[in-house]
Amino acid sequence: MSASDSGSTSHKLWEVFTQPPGGGPHEHAGSVHAADAEMALQNARDVYARRNEAVSLWVVPSDQITASTPEDMGPFFEPGNDKAYRHPQFYKVPQGVRVF
Amino acid sequence: MLGHRLSEWCGHGPILEEDIALTNIALDLVGQATLLLGRAGAVEGKGRDADALAYLRTDRGYRNAHMVELPKGDFGFTIVRQFLFSVYSMHQLEALQSCADADLAGIAAKALKETRYHVRHSAEWVVRLGDGTDESHGRAQDALDELWRYTGELFTTDAVEQKLVPQKFAVESSTLQDPWMRDVSDVIARATLRMPGEVYQQRGGRSGIHTEHLGVMLAEMQVLPRTHPGAKW
Repeated sequence: MSASDSGSTSHKLWEVFTQPPGGGPHEHAGSVHAADAEMALQNARDVYARRNEAVSLWVVPSDQITASTPEDMGPFFEPGNDKAYRHPQFYKVPQGVRVF
Repeated sequence: MLGHRLSEWCGHGPILEEDIALTNIALDLVGQATLLLGRAGAVEGKGRDADALAYLRTDRGYRNAHMVELPKGDFGFTIVRQFLFSVYSMHQLEALQSCADADLAGIAAKALKETRYHVRHSAEWVVRLGDGTDESHGRAQDALDELWRYTGELFTTDAVEQKLVPQKFAVESSTLQDPWMRDVSDVIARATLRMPGEVYQQRGGRSGIHTEHLGVMLAEMQVLPRTHPGAKW
C-alpha cells in the first residue's frame, strides 16, 4: 500500500459475520472496505474465510448498525444486583441434569 | 507465470482488501502450476520435479501464451487480463476433468473451484471499472484493446495438441473459443465496454518464442535457485 493511495477512504465500511463449520450462529469477524455489497462479500471471503473458517458469510454496511454509546453504560448495563429476583439462582437443578 | 505477475501486486494493491484478493489468486495459480509441473515432470520421466521445471528452464523452454507474461500494468490491465485468462482457464479445466490421465483430471477438478472464483472476482471488477468513472472506463477499455491481440493464441491448436486430443489427454483449444467469447462478451456488455474488432493476433508463446518481457521476469523469478543451486526454502 503506497502512501498516496486513498482508496480505503473512498470505500464504504462493511461488518463481516462468519458462520463456523458445524453450525452455530453467525459471529462478528471484523470489517472490510468495499464499494458495494458483492465486492464486500468477496473481500470478506478473501480476508476472513479462506482457511475453512466459515460456511456462510454476511456483510452489513457499518453505518446501518445502531450501536449503544459509552454514555449508555450505566442505564443499559448496570445489572441491578440488588434485585435478586432477576438472577435465577434459587432453583435447585434436578438430579440427572448435568449441563444447564 | 500469471501467479508471479500477480504476486508483484503484493504490498501495492489499490486497497488492503484487494491486495489480499490478488495475492490469494496468485497463490492459487502458483499452487496449480506446482501440481501441473509436478505431473509433467513425472510423465517426462527425466527426474525433473516442479521446481526444476519452474526455475531451471530458460525462456525458450517456456510454452506459455504471451498474454500471461506481459508486465502487470495498471490495476485495470491486471484485472482485464485476469478476467480474459480465467474464463479461458475455467472452460479448459472443465473439459480436462474428463481427461484420460487421472492425475490431470484430479488437478483440473481441484483447480476449477479456485478458477470459478477468479472469474467471479475479476468479472465483477471489470464491470465496476468499465461502468465506473471516466478514468476507470478509459483504462479498462485501453487494457481490453491492448490485450485483444493476445487472445487468439489461447485457441490455437498445435501439433502436440493434435496428437494428444484423440487419446483424450488434452483439450482441443479451438473448441474453447465459443464458450469463452460468450462469457467475455456478456461481461463486456455489462461493463459498458466496447468489444475490440478484428486485430492482428500475436502468436509464438506456445512454441517457445516470447516477448521481451519474459526474460526479465525469469531473471527475477529464478535468481535464488540459480545463485544457490540446490537451496531449500
